Amino acid sequence: MPSSVMPTSTPDPAPPPAVSAVGLRKSYGGRAVLDGVDLRIPAGTVFALLGPNGAGKTTTVRILTTLVRADGGLAQVAGHSLASAPERVRAAIGVTGQFSAVDGLITGWENMLLMTDLHRLPRREGRRVAAALLERFDLTGAAFRPAQSYSGGMRRRLDIAMTLVGNPRVVFLDEPTTGLDPRSRQGMWEVVRELVADGVTVFLTTQYLEEADELADRIAVLHNGVIAAEGTAAELKRLVPGGHVRLRFTDPDAYRSAAEALRDGAAPDGEALTLRVPCDGGQRELRSLLDWLDAAGVEADGMTVHTPDLDDVFFALTSPTAEQREATR
Amino acid sequence: MSALTLATRDATTMLRRNLLHARRYPSLTLNLLLTPVMLLLLFVYVFGDVMSSGMGAGAGGGDRSDYVAYVVPGILLMTIGSTLVGTAVSVATDMTEGIVARFRTMAIHRGSVLFGHVAGSVLQAVASVVLVGAVAVAVGFRATDATVLEWCAALGLLALVALAFTWVAVGMGLGSPTAEAASNNATPLILLPLVSSAFVPVDAMPGWFRPVAEYQPFTPAIETLRGLLLGTEIGHHGWLAVGWCLALAAVGYAWSRVLYDREPS
Repeated sequence: MPSSVMPTSTPDPAPPPAVSAVGLRKSYGGRAVLDGVDLRIPAGTVFALLGPNGAGKTTTVRILTTLVRADGGLAQVAGHSLASAPERVRAAIGVTGQFSAVDGLITGWENMLLMTDLHRLPRREGRRVAAALLERFDLTGAAFRPAQSYSGGMRRRLDIAMTLVGNPRVVFLDEPTTGLDPRSRQGMWEVVRELVADGVTVFLTTQYLEEADELADRIAVLHNGVIAAEGTAAELKRLVPGGHVRLRFTDPDAYRSAAEALRDGAAPDGEALTLRVPCDGGQRELRSLLDWLDAAGVEADGMTVHTPDLDDVFFALTSPTAEQREATR
Repeated sequence: MSALTLATRDATTMLRRNLLHARRYPSLTLNLLLTPVMLLLLFVYVFGDVMSSGMGAGAGGGDRSDYVAYVVPGILLMTIGSTLVGTAVSVATDMTEGIVARFRTMAIHRGSVLFGHVAGSVLQAVASVVLVGAVAVAVGFRATDATVLEWCAALGLLALVALAFTWVAVGMGLGSPTAEAASNNATPLILLPLVSSAFVPVDAMPGWFRPVAEYQPFTPAIETLRGLLLGTEIGHHGWLAVGWCLALAAVGYAWSRVLYDREPS
Protein backbone atom coordinates (compact mmCIF):
# COMPACT_ATOMS: atom_id res chain seq x y z
CA MET A 1 0.00 0.00 0.00
CA PRO A 2 1.51 3.28 -1.02
CA SER A 3 -0.03 5.19 1.86
CA SER A 4 1.85 3.18 4.45
CA VAL A 5 5.17 4.65 3.44
CA MET A 6 4.71 8.33 2.86
CA PRO A 7 7.91 10.36 3.04
CA THR A 8 5.96 13.56 3.52
CA SER A 9 6.52 14.30 7.19
CA THR A 10 9.82 16.10 6.86
CA PRO A 11 11.15 17.54 10.13
CA ASP A 12 12.16 20.83 8.47
CA PRO A 13 11.18 24.06 10.21
CA ALA A 14 7.90 23.94 8.27
CA PRO A 15 5.24 26.56 9.04
CA PRO A 16 2.83 25.42 11.73
CA PRO A 17 -0.19 23.59 10.33
CA ALA A 18 -3.34 25.64 9.81
CA VAL A 19 -5.37 22.94 11.50
CA SER A 20 -4.19 20.14 13.70
CA ALA A 21 -6.21 17.79 15.82
CA VAL A 22 -5.39 14.77 17.91
CA GLY A 23 -7.95 12.30 19.18
CA LEU A 24 -11.07 14.43 18.75
CA ARG A 25 -14.07 12.80 20.35
CA LYS A 26 -17.70 13.77 20.47
CA SER A 27 -20.79 11.84 21.53
CA TYR A 28 -24.42 12.76 21.18
CA GLY A 29 -26.83 10.91 23.42
CA GLY A 30 -24.36 8.11 24.15
CA ARG A 31 -23.57 7.57 20.47
CA ALA A 32 -19.98 8.32 19.52
CA VAL A 33 -20.08 10.54 16.43
CA LEU A 34 -16.34 11.19 16.47
CA ASP A 35 -14.20 8.50 17.98
CA GLY A 36 -10.65 9.80 17.85
CA VAL A 37 -10.10 11.97 14.78
CA ASP A 38 -6.56 13.09 13.93
CA LEU A 39 -5.94 15.84 11.39
CA ARG A 40 -2.97 17.84 10.20
CA ILE A 41 -3.53 20.41 7.48
CA PRO A 42 -0.59 22.48 6.20
CA ALA A 43 -1.24 26.19 5.77
CA GLY A 44 -2.21 27.29 2.29
CA THR A 45 -3.60 23.95 1.15
CA VAL A 46 -7.06 22.58 0.43
CA PHE A 47 -8.17 19.74 2.62
CA ALA A 48 -11.28 17.73 1.88
CA LEU A 49 -13.09 15.69 4.49
CA LEU A 50 -15.06 13.08 2.65
CA GLY A 51 -17.85 10.99 4.01
CA PRO A 52 -21.50 9.98 3.68
CA ASN A 53 -24.32 11.63 5.58
CA GLY A 54 -23.95 11.03 9.28
CA ALA A 55 -20.25 10.23 9.13
CA GLY A 56 -19.40 13.13 11.43
CA LYS A 57 -18.17 15.67 8.87
CA THR A 58 -20.38 18.45 10.13
CA THR A 59 -19.58 17.63 13.74
CA THR A 60 -15.87 17.92 12.93
CA VAL A 61 -16.43 21.32 11.33
CA ARG A 62 -18.58 22.48 14.24
CA ILE A 63 -15.85 21.55 16.71
CA LEU A 64 -13.05 23.16 14.70
CA THR A 65 -15.09 26.35 14.27
CA THR A 66 -15.81 26.64 18.04
CA LEU A 67 -19.55 26.02 17.64
CA VAL A 68 -19.44 22.97 19.90
CA ARG A 69 -16.86 21.64 22.32
CA ALA A 70 -15.16 18.30 21.80
CA ASP A 71 -15.63 15.73 24.57
CA GLY A 72 -11.98 14.83 24.27
CA GLY A 73 -8.86 15.46 22.25
CA LEU A 74 -6.81 18.53 21.41
CA ALA A 75 -7.04 20.82 18.45
CA GLN A 76 -5.41 23.97 17.16
CA VAL A 77 -6.66 26.22 14.40
CA ALA A 78 -4.45 28.96 12.95
CA GLY A 79 -1.99 28.34 15.78
CA HIS A 80 -4.53 28.86 18.57
CA SER A 81 -5.93 26.27 20.91
CA LEU A 82 -9.65 25.64 20.54
CA ALA A 83 -10.00 24.97 24.23
CA SER A 84 -8.06 27.89 25.68
CA ALA A 85 -8.27 30.61 23.00
CA PRO A 86 -11.53 30.18 21.06
CA GLU A 87 -11.77 33.96 20.52
CA ARG A 88 -8.45 33.97 18.69
CA VAL A 89 -9.57 31.04 16.58
CA ARG A 90 -12.78 32.90 15.71
CA ALA A 91 -10.78 35.94 14.65
CA ALA A 92 -8.80 33.84 12.17
CA ILE A 93 -11.51 31.73 10.56
CA GLY A 94 -14.41 32.10 8.19
CA VAL A 95 -17.23 29.58 8.17
CA THR A 96 -19.87 28.75 5.62
CA GLY A 97 -22.08 26.11 7.12
CA GLN A 98 -24.25 23.60 5.40
CA PHE A 99 -27.34 25.69 6.02
CA SER A 100 -27.47 29.17 4.68
CA ALA A 101 -26.13 31.67 7.21
CA VAL A 102 -27.60 34.81 5.71
CA ASP A 103 -30.28 37.01 7.21
CA GLY A 104 -33.16 36.50 4.81
CA LEU A 105 -35.17 39.46 6.07
CA ILE A 106 -32.65 42.09 4.98
CA THR A 107 -30.99 42.75 1.62
CA GLY A 108 -27.70 41.36 0.38
CA TRP A 109 -26.11 44.77 0.81
CA GLU A 110 -27.38 45.03 4.39
CA ASN A 111 -26.09 41.53 5.10
CA MET A 112 -22.66 42.57 3.87
CA LEU A 113 -22.68 45.77 5.96
CA LEU A 114 -23.71 43.70 8.98
CA MET A 115 -20.50 41.69 8.49
CA THR A 116 -18.25 44.68 7.90
CA ASP A 117 -19.69 46.33 11.03
CA LEU A 118 -19.15 43.19 13.08
CA HIS A 119 -15.56 43.11 11.83
CA ARG A 120 -15.42 46.72 13.03
CA LEU A 121 -14.23 48.09 9.72
CA PRO A 122 -14.45 51.86 9.38
CA ARG A 123 -17.62 52.89 7.59
CA ARG A 124 -16.04 53.89 4.26
CA GLU A 125 -13.75 50.84 4.22
CA GLY A 126 -16.70 48.60 5.08
CA ARG A 127 -18.76 49.90 2.18
CA ARG A 128 -15.84 49.43 -0.19
CA VAL A 129 -15.27 45.82 0.96
CA ALA A 130 -18.98 45.03 0.79
CA ALA A 131 -19.33 46.42 -2.73
CA ALA A 132 -16.19 44.64 -3.94
CA LEU A 133 -17.30 41.27 -2.60
CA LEU A 134 -20.82 41.62 -4.01
CA GLU A 135 -19.24 42.45 -7.35
CA ARG A 136 -16.86 39.49 -7.13
CA PHE A 137 -19.74 37.11 -6.44
CA ASP A 138 -21.92 38.57 -9.16
CA LEU A 139 -24.54 39.87 -6.72
CA THR A 140 -24.36 43.59 -7.47
CA GLY A 141 -27.63 43.47 -9.39
CA ALA A 142 -29.42 41.76 -6.51
CA ALA A 143 -27.76 43.78 -3.76
CA PHE A 144 -30.91 45.68 -2.79
CA ARG A 145 -33.32 42.75 -2.79
CA PRO A 146 -34.12 40.84 0.42
CA ALA A 147 -31.88 37.80 0.67
CA GLN A 148 -34.87 35.50 1.09
CA SER A 149 -35.81 36.20 -2.54
CA TYR A 150 -32.45 34.83 -3.75
CA SER A 151 -32.06 31.50 -5.55
CA GLY A 152 -30.13 28.71 -3.81
CA GLY A 153 -26.96 29.50 -5.75
CA MET A 154 -27.19 33.23 -5.02
CA ARG A 155 -27.75 32.62 -1.33
CA ARG A 156 -24.67 30.39 -1.24
CA ARG A 157 -22.62 33.06 -3.01
CA LEU A 158 -23.81 35.73 -0.56
CA ASP A 159 -22.97 33.32 2.25
CA ILE A 160 -19.38 32.94 0.99
CA ALA A 161 -19.07 36.68 0.37
CA MET A 162 -20.07 37.30 4.00
CA THR A 163 -17.57 34.68 5.16
CA LEU A 164 -14.72 36.42 3.32
CA VAL A 165 -15.23 39.80 5.01
CA GLY A 166 -12.25 40.28 7.28
CA ASN A 167 -9.90 38.11 5.18
CA PRO A 168 -10.01 34.87 7.20
CA ARG A 169 -6.81 32.80 7.07
CA VAL A 170 -8.64 29.49 7.39
CA VAL A 171 -11.96 29.01 5.62
CA PHE A 172 -14.33 26.18 6.47
CA LEU A 173 -16.85 25.18 3.83
CA ASP A 174 -19.33 22.53 4.93
CA GLU A 175 -20.70 20.84 1.80
CA PRO A 176 -20.44 24.03 -0.21
CA THR A 177 -21.86 22.54 -3.40
CA THR A 178 -24.61 20.28 -2.09
CA GLY A 179 -27.81 21.21 -3.89
CA LEU A 180 -26.14 23.50 -6.41
CA ASP A 181 -26.57 23.20 -10.16
CA PRO A 182 -23.46 22.30 -12.20
CA ARG A 183 -22.69 25.89 -13.17
CA SER A 184 -22.89 27.13 -9.57
CA ARG A 185 -20.73 24.21 -8.53
CA GLN A 186 -18.06 25.19 -11.03
CA GLY A 187 -18.25 28.72 -9.69
CA MET A 188 -17.72 27.50 -6.14
CA TRP A 189 -14.69 25.47 -7.23
CA GLU A 190 -13.29 28.61 -8.81
CA VAL A 191 -13.75 30.44 -5.50
CA VAL A 192 -11.83 27.76 -3.64
CA ARG A 193 -8.97 27.94 -6.15
CA GLU A 194 -8.80 31.71 -5.81
CA LEU A 195 -8.71 31.47 -2.03
CA VAL A 196 -5.80 29.07 -2.10
CA ALA A 197 -3.99 31.25 -4.60
CA ASP A 198 -4.22 34.00 -1.96
CA GLY A 199 -2.61 31.72 0.61
CA VAL A 200 -5.80 30.85 2.47
CA THR A 201 -6.22 27.37 3.92
CA VAL A 202 -9.49 25.76 2.89
CA PHE A 203 -11.15 22.99 4.87
CA LEU A 204 -14.08 21.60 2.96
CA THR A 205 -16.40 18.69 3.47
CA THR A 206 -18.08 16.94 0.62
CA GLN A 207 -19.89 13.80 -0.36
CA TYR A 208 -18.40 13.85 -3.83
CA LEU A 209 -15.07 12.22 -4.56
CA GLU A 210 -15.01 14.14 -7.83
CA GLU A 211 -15.07 17.43 -5.94
CA ALA A 212 -12.33 16.40 -3.55
CA ASP A 213 -10.34 15.10 -6.51
CA GLU A 214 -10.75 18.40 -8.32
CA LEU A 215 -9.83 20.70 -5.45
CA ALA A 216 -8.04 19.06 -2.57
CA ASP A 217 -4.35 18.63 -1.94
CA ARG A 218 -5.20 16.01 0.64
CA ILE A 219 -8.33 14.04 1.31
CA ALA A 220 -9.41 12.23 4.44
CA VAL A 221 -12.25 9.74 4.50
CA LEU A 222 -14.30 9.84 7.65
CA HIS A 223 -16.15 6.69 8.51
CA ASN A 224 -17.75 5.61 11.76
CA GLY A 225 -16.17 8.54 13.56
CA VAL A 226 -12.57 7.82 12.59
CA ILE A 227 -10.37 8.73 9.64
CA ALA A 228 -10.50 5.54 7.59
CA ALA A 229 -7.92 6.73 5.07
CA GLU A 230 -5.98 9.87 4.31
CA GLY A 231 -3.85 10.89 1.38
CA THR A 232 -3.85 12.52 -2.02
CA ALA A 233 -6.63 11.72 -4.46
CA ALA A 234 -4.34 9.36 -6.35
CA GLU A 235 -3.34 7.54 -3.19
CA LEU A 236 -6.95 7.06 -2.18
CA LYS A 237 -7.97 5.76 -5.56
CA ARG A 238 -5.27 3.14 -5.40
CA LEU A 239 -6.94 1.84 -2.27
CA VAL A 240 -10.08 1.27 -4.25
CA PRO A 241 -10.50 -1.76 -6.43
CA GLY A 242 -13.70 -0.28 -7.84
CA GLY A 243 -12.47 0.63 -11.34
CA HIS A 244 -13.93 -1.80 -13.82
CA VAL A 245 -15.56 -2.27 -17.17
CA ARG A 246 -19.09 -3.55 -17.17
CA LEU A 247 -20.04 -5.77 -20.11
CA ARG A 248 -23.73 -6.05 -20.81
CA PHE A 249 -25.40 -8.85 -22.74
CA THR A 250 -28.93 -9.27 -24.00
CA ASP A 251 -28.67 -12.92 -25.05
CA PRO A 252 -28.31 -15.34 -22.08
CA ASP A 253 -26.33 -17.81 -24.24
CA ALA A 254 -23.81 -15.16 -25.28
CA TYR A 255 -23.59 -14.12 -21.63
CA ARG A 256 -22.90 -17.71 -20.51
CA SER A 257 -20.21 -18.34 -23.09
CA ALA A 258 -18.53 -15.01 -22.27
CA ALA A 259 -18.66 -15.78 -18.54
CA GLU A 260 -17.05 -19.13 -19.31
CA ALA A 261 -14.33 -17.55 -21.49
CA LEU A 262 -13.52 -14.84 -18.94
CA ARG A 263 -13.78 -17.17 -15.95
CA ASP A 264 -10.47 -16.08 -14.48
CA GLY A 265 -10.88 -12.34 -14.70
CA ALA A 266 -14.54 -11.34 -14.45
CA ALA A 267 -17.21 -11.14 -11.78
CA PRO A 268 -20.50 -12.36 -13.24
CA ASP A 269 -23.97 -11.07 -12.43
CA GLY A 270 -26.35 -13.65 -13.93
CA GLU A 271 -29.55 -11.76 -13.26
CA ALA A 272 -28.49 -8.56 -14.96
CA LEU A 273 -26.56 -10.47 -17.63
CA THR A 274 -23.47 -8.36 -16.92
CA LEU A 275 -19.82 -9.09 -16.29
CA ARG A 276 -17.45 -6.87 -14.33
CA VAL A 277 -13.86 -6.86 -15.52
CA PRO A 278 -11.33 -4.92 -13.38
CA CYS A 279 -9.83 -2.01 -15.27
CA ASP A 280 -8.60 1.43 -14.20
CA GLY A 281 -10.14 3.07 -17.24
CA GLY A 282 -6.86 4.11 -18.79
CA GLN A 283 -6.55 4.01 -22.58
CA ARG A 284 -3.76 1.43 -22.66
CA GLU A 285 -5.47 -0.92 -20.26
CA LEU A 286 -8.77 -0.51 -22.07
CA ARG A 287 -7.15 -1.50 -25.40
CA SER A 288 -5.55 -4.58 -23.94
CA LEU A 289 -8.90 -5.50 -22.40
CA LEU A 290 -10.61 -5.15 -25.78
CA ASP A 291 -7.88 -7.26 -27.39
CA TRP A 292 -8.42 -9.90 -24.75
CA LEU A 293 -12.20 -9.88 -25.33
CA ASP A 294 -11.63 -10.26 -29.08
CA ALA A 295 -9.21 -13.11 -28.55
CA ALA A 296 -11.72 -14.85 -26.30
CA GLY A 297 -14.47 -14.32 -28.87
CA VAL A 298 -16.66 -12.31 -26.55
CA GLU A 299 -19.27 -10.06 -28.20
CA ALA A 300 -20.87 -7.78 -25.61
CA ASP A 301 -23.93 -5.72 -26.54
CA GLY A 302 -22.73 -2.79 -24.52
CA MET A 303 -19.90 -1.76 -22.25
CA THR A 304 -19.41 1.02 -19.73
CA VAL A 305 -16.24 2.15 -18.03
CA HIS A 306 -16.74 2.58 -14.31
CA THR A 307 -14.21 4.70 -12.37
CA PRO A 308 -13.90 4.56 -8.60
CA ASP A 309 -16.40 6.75 -6.79
CA LEU A 310 -17.14 7.40 -3.16
CA ASP A 311 -19.24 4.26 -2.91
CA ASP A 312 -16.28 2.20 -4.01
CA VAL A 313 -14.00 3.94 -1.53
CA PHE A 314 -16.39 3.11 1.24
CA PHE A 315 -16.94 -0.46 0.20
CA ALA A 316 -13.19 -0.86 -0.07
CA LEU A 317 -12.40 0.78 3.26
CA THR A 318 -15.13 -0.84 5.28
CA SER A 319 -15.52 -4.34 3.87
CA PRO A 320 -14.17 -7.12 6.15
CA THR A 321 -11.37 -7.97 3.71
CA ALA A 322 -10.24 -4.36 3.70
CA GLU A 323 -10.16 -4.31 7.46
CA GLN A 324 -8.08 -7.48 7.50
CA ARG A 325 -5.75 -5.96 4.99
CA GLU A 326 -5.37 -2.87 7.17
CA ALA A 327 -4.75 -5.04 10.21
CA THR A 328 -2.00 -7.07 8.60
CA ARG A 329 -0.10 -4.09 7.26
CA MET B 1 -10.71 49.91 22.46
CA SER B 2 -11.87 48.49 25.75
CA ALA B 3 -13.96 45.36 26.03
CA LEU B 4 -16.98 47.45 26.98
CA THR B 5 -16.58 49.69 23.92
CA LEU B 6 -16.35 46.64 21.67
CA ALA B 7 -19.38 45.04 23.31
CA THR B 8 -21.36 48.25 22.89
CA ARG B 9 -20.30 48.53 19.29
CA ASP B 10 -21.34 44.96 18.46
CA ALA B 11 -24.61 45.36 20.32
CA THR B 12 -25.31 48.56 18.39
CA THR B 13 -24.67 46.72 15.12
CA MET B 14 -27.09 44.01 16.21
CA LEU B 15 -29.64 46.63 17.29
CA ARG B 16 -29.41 48.16 13.82
CA ARG B 17 -30.21 44.76 12.37
CA ASN B 18 -33.26 44.39 14.65
CA LEU B 19 -34.50 47.87 13.79
CA LEU B 20 -34.10 47.06 10.08
CA HIS B 21 -36.30 43.99 10.61
CA ALA B 22 -38.89 46.11 12.45
CA ARG B 23 -38.83 48.81 9.78
CA ARG B 24 -39.03 46.32 6.93
CA TYR B 25 -41.93 44.40 8.50
CA PRO B 26 -43.97 46.96 10.48
CA SER B 27 -47.14 44.87 10.23
CA LEU B 28 -45.80 42.49 12.88
CA THR B 29 -45.49 45.30 15.41
CA LEU B 30 -48.78 46.93 14.44
CA ASN B 31 -50.63 43.60 14.77
CA LEU B 32 -49.39 43.32 18.32
CA LEU B 33 -50.79 46.77 19.10
CA LEU B 34 -54.29 45.74 18.05
CA THR B 35 -54.96 43.82 21.27
CA PRO B 36 -54.34 46.66 23.76
CA VAL B 37 -56.13 49.20 21.56
CA MET B 38 -59.16 46.93 21.15
CA LEU B 39 -59.25 46.28 24.88
CA LEU B 40 -59.03 49.99 25.59
CA LEU B 41 -61.94 50.78 23.28
CA LEU B 42 -63.94 47.81 24.57
CA PHE B 43 -63.52 48.71 28.21
CA VAL B 44 -64.16 52.39 27.67
CA TYR B 45 -67.09 52.38 25.23
CA VAL B 46 -68.74 49.00 25.85
CA PHE B 47 -68.11 48.14 29.50
CA GLY B 48 -67.20 51.64 30.65
CA ASP B 49 -70.51 52.69 32.20
CA VAL B 50 -71.05 49.39 33.99
CA MET B 51 -67.49 49.24 35.25
CA SER B 52 -67.48 52.76 36.59
CA SER B 53 -70.82 52.43 38.35
CA GLY B 54 -69.73 49.06 39.72
CA MET B 55 -66.63 50.63 41.19
CA GLY B 56 -68.86 53.28 42.79
CA ALA B 57 -67.19 55.53 45.26
CA GLY B 58 -63.80 53.97 44.66
CA ALA B 59 -63.64 55.65 41.26
CA GLY B 60 -65.24 58.85 42.27
CA GLY B 61 -68.62 59.73 40.87
CA GLY B 62 -69.13 56.68 38.66
CA ASP B 63 -68.50 58.65 35.50
CA ARG B 64 -67.14 56.93 32.38
CA SER B 65 -64.18 59.32 32.21
CA ASP B 66 -63.14 58.18 35.65
CA TYR B 67 -62.97 54.65 34.41
CA VAL B 68 -60.87 55.80 31.43
CA ALA B 69 -58.42 57.21 33.92
CA TYR B 70 -58.49 54.00 35.91
CA VAL B 71 -57.98 51.60 33.00
CA VAL B 72 -55.32 53.42 30.93
CA PRO B 73 -52.28 52.63 33.13
CA GLY B 74 -53.17 48.94 32.92
CA ILE B 75 -53.65 49.17 29.15
CA LEU B 76 -50.23 50.79 28.77
CA LEU B 77 -48.62 47.89 30.62
CA MET B 78 -50.61 45.41 28.55
CA THR B 79 -49.12 47.09 25.50
CA ILE B 80 -45.71 46.10 26.77
CA GLY B 81 -47.01 42.58 27.36
CA SER B 82 -48.12 42.38 23.72
CA THR B 83 -44.79 43.46 22.27
CA LEU B 84 -43.12 40.74 24.35
CA VAL B 85 -44.80 38.06 22.24
CA GLY B 86 -43.17 39.66 19.22
CA THR B 87 -39.81 39.54 20.98
CA ALA B 88 -40.10 35.87 21.91
CA VAL B 89 -41.18 34.97 18.36
CA SER B 90 -38.39 36.92 16.67
CA VAL B 91 -35.74 35.46 19.00
CA ALA B 92 -37.01 31.92 18.38
CA THR B 93 -37.09 32.52 14.62
CA ASP B 94 -33.60 33.97 14.70
CA MET B 95 -32.20 30.96 16.53
CA THR B 96 -33.46 28.58 13.84
CA GLU B 97 -31.60 30.61 11.17
CA GLY B 98 -28.03 29.88 10.16
CA ILE B 99 -27.05 33.50 10.74
CA VAL B 100 -26.84 32.94 14.50
CA ALA B 101 -24.44 30.03 13.95
CA ARG B 102 -22.36 32.46 11.93
CA PHE B 103 -22.37 34.98 14.79
CA ARG B 104 -21.21 32.27 17.17
CA THR B 105 -18.15 31.56 15.01
CA MET B 106 -17.16 35.23 14.79
CA ALA B 107 -14.89 37.16 17.11
CA ILE B 108 -17.65 39.42 18.37
CA HIS B 109 -19.13 40.02 21.80
CA ARG B 110 -20.97 36.81 22.50
CA GLY B 111 -24.10 38.28 23.99
CA SER B 112 -24.39 41.08 21.43
CA VAL B 113 -27.10 39.36 19.41
CA LEU B 114 -29.24 39.14 22.56
CA PHE B 115 -28.51 42.74 23.54
CA GLY B 116 -29.57 43.78 20.05
CA HIS B 117 -32.88 41.97 20.49
CA VAL B 118 -33.45 43.47 23.94
CA ALA B 119 -32.59 47.02 22.95
CA GLY B 120 -34.71 46.75 19.82
CA SER B 121 -37.65 45.33 21.76
CA VAL B 122 -37.50 47.97 24.49
CA LEU B 123 -37.46 50.71 21.86
CA GLN B 124 -40.41 49.08 20.13
CA ALA B 125 -42.26 48.72 23.42
CA VAL B 126 -41.74 52.36 24.31
CA ALA B 127 -42.86 53.45 20.84
CA SER B 128 -45.92 51.22 21.18
CA VAL B 129 -46.72 52.69 24.59
CA VAL B 130 -46.55 56.17 23.08
CA LEU B 131 -48.89 55.15 20.25
CA VAL B 132 -51.41 53.50 22.57
CA GLY B 133 -51.07 56.45 24.95
CA ALA B 134 -52.05 58.74 22.09
CA VAL B 135 -55.16 56.62 21.51
CA ALA B 136 -55.89 56.86 25.22
CA VAL B 137 -55.69 60.63 25.11
CA ALA B 138 -57.97 60.59 22.07
CA VAL B 139 -60.66 58.70 24.01
CA GLY B 140 -60.48 61.12 26.89
CA PHE B 141 -57.54 60.20 29.14
CA ARG B 142 -56.13 63.23 30.94
CA ALA B 143 -53.28 63.44 33.42
CA THR B 144 -53.04 67.18 33.73
CA ASP B 145 -52.14 67.11 37.41
CA ALA B 146 -48.92 65.19 36.84
CA THR B 147 -45.67 67.17 36.91
CA VAL B 148 -42.96 66.83 34.28
CA LEU B 149 -40.94 64.84 36.77
CA GLU B 150 -43.84 62.46 37.29
CA TRP B 151 -44.28 62.06 33.54
CA CYS B 152 -40.60 61.20 33.20
CA ALA B 153 -40.82 58.77 36.09
CA ALA B 154 -43.86 57.15 34.48
CA LEU B 155 -42.04 56.71 31.17
CA GLY B 156 -38.98 55.43 33.03
CA LEU B 157 -41.09 52.89 34.87
CA LEU B 158 -42.66 51.69 31.61
CA ALA B 159 -39.19 51.35 30.07
CA LEU B 160 -37.96 49.44 33.12
CA VAL B 161 -40.92 47.07 32.97
CA ALA B 162 -40.27 46.61 29.24
CA LEU B 163 -36.58 45.87 29.89
CA ALA B 164 -37.31 43.36 32.65
CA PHE B 165 -39.97 41.46 30.76
CA THR B 166 -38.03 41.59 27.50
CA TRP B 167 -35.21 39.59 29.08
CA VAL B 168 -37.81 37.05 30.23
CA ALA B 169 -39.29 36.98 26.73
CA VAL B 170 -35.81 36.51 25.19
CA GLY B 171 -35.35 33.51 27.48
CA MET B 172 -38.73 32.15 26.37
CA GLY B 173 -37.75 32.63 22.74
CA LEU B 174 -34.40 30.89 23.25
CA GLY B 175 -36.08 28.02 25.09
CA SER B 176 -38.67 27.46 22.36
CA PRO B 177 -37.86 25.18 19.44
CA THR B 178 -40.15 27.01 16.99
CA ALA B 179 -41.76 30.40 16.52
CA GLU B 180 -45.20 28.89 17.25
CA ALA B 181 -43.97 27.44 20.53
CA ALA B 182 -42.44 30.81 21.45
CA SER B 183 -45.76 32.53 20.76
CA ASN B 184 -47.58 30.06 23.02
CA ASN B 185 -44.97 30.29 25.77
CA ALA B 186 -45.11 34.09 25.83
CA THR B 187 -48.91 34.33 25.87
CA PRO B 188 -49.10 34.33 29.71
CA LEU B 189 -47.25 37.66 29.57
CA ILE B 190 -50.31 39.15 27.86
CA LEU B 191 -52.74 37.43 30.21
CA LEU B 192 -50.97 38.36 33.43
CA PRO B 193 -52.18 42.00 33.38
CA LEU B 194 -55.78 40.75 32.98
CA VAL B 195 -55.61 39.22 36.46
CA SER B 196 -53.97 42.26 37.98
CA SER B 197 -55.56 45.51 39.17
CA ALA B 198 -55.64 46.72 35.55
CA PHE B 199 -59.40 46.59 35.07
CA VAL B 200 -60.86 46.30 38.57
CA PRO B 201 -59.37 47.15 41.96
CA VAL B 202 -58.01 44.19 43.90
CA ASP B 203 -60.47 45.00 46.73
CA ALA B 204 -63.36 44.34 44.36
CA MET B 205 -62.18 40.80 43.56
CA PRO B 206 -63.37 37.68 45.38
CA GLY B 207 -61.24 36.93 48.42
CA TRP B 208 -59.71 33.71 47.11
CA PHE B 209 -58.55 35.46 43.94
CA ARG B 210 -56.94 38.49 45.56
CA PRO B 211 -53.52 36.89 46.17
CA VAL B 212 -53.23 36.17 42.42
CA ALA B 213 -53.66 39.86 41.68
CA GLU B 214 -51.72 41.05 44.69
CA TYR B 215 -48.54 39.01 44.37
CA GLN B 216 -47.59 39.55 40.75
CA PRO B 217 -45.44 42.17 39.05
CA PHE B 218 -48.13 43.99 37.08
CA THR B 219 -50.25 45.15 40.04
CA PRO B 220 -47.52 47.21 41.78
CA ALA B 221 -46.37 48.55 38.39
CA ILE B 222 -49.92 49.61 37.50
CA GLU B 223 -50.54 51.15 40.93
CA THR B 224 -47.28 53.08 40.70
CA LEU B 225 -48.15 54.31 37.24
CA ARG B 226 -51.59 55.43 38.49
CA GLY B 227 -49.95 57.25 41.36
CA LEU B 228 -47.52 59.05 39.05
CA LEU B 229 -50.07 60.04 36.42
CA LEU B 230 -53.25 60.49 38.48
CA GLY B 231 -51.96 61.31 41.95
CA THR B 232 -53.37 58.27 43.75
CA GLU B 233 -51.56 56.73 46.71
CA ILE B 234 -48.38 54.83 45.62
CA GLY B 235 -47.25 53.59 49.02
CA HIS B 236 -45.20 50.42 48.99
CA HIS B 237 -46.10 49.72 45.34
CA GLY B 238 -43.26 51.86 44.03
CA TRP B 239 -40.51 49.82 45.65
CA LEU B 240 -42.31 46.61 44.88
CA ALA B 241 -42.53 47.51 41.19
CA VAL B 242 -38.85 48.41 40.95
CA GLY B 243 -37.89 45.30 42.92
CA TRP B 244 -39.95 43.04 40.65
CA CYS B 245 -38.37 44.61 37.56
CA LEU B 246 -34.80 44.26 38.79
CA ALA B 247 -35.38 40.66 39.87
CA LEU B 248 -37.09 39.71 36.60
CA ALA B 249 -34.38 41.42 34.54
CA ALA B 250 -31.64 39.59 36.44
CA VAL B 251 -33.35 36.20 36.20
CA GLY B 252 -34.29 36.72 32.56
CA TYR B 253 -30.76 37.79 31.67
CA ALA B 254 -29.11 34.87 33.46
CA TRP B 255 -31.58 32.41 31.97
CA SER B 256 -31.08 33.80 28.46
CA ARG B 257 -27.30 33.62 28.71
CA VAL B 258 -27.42 30.01 29.90
CA LEU B 259 -29.75 29.06 27.06
CA TYR B 260 -27.66 30.92 24.47
CA ASP B 261 -24.39 29.39 25.67
CA ARG B 262 -25.94 25.94 25.60
CA GLU B 263 -24.54 23.83 22.78
CA PRO B 264 -26.59 24.11 19.63
CA SER B 265 -28.06 20.70 18.84
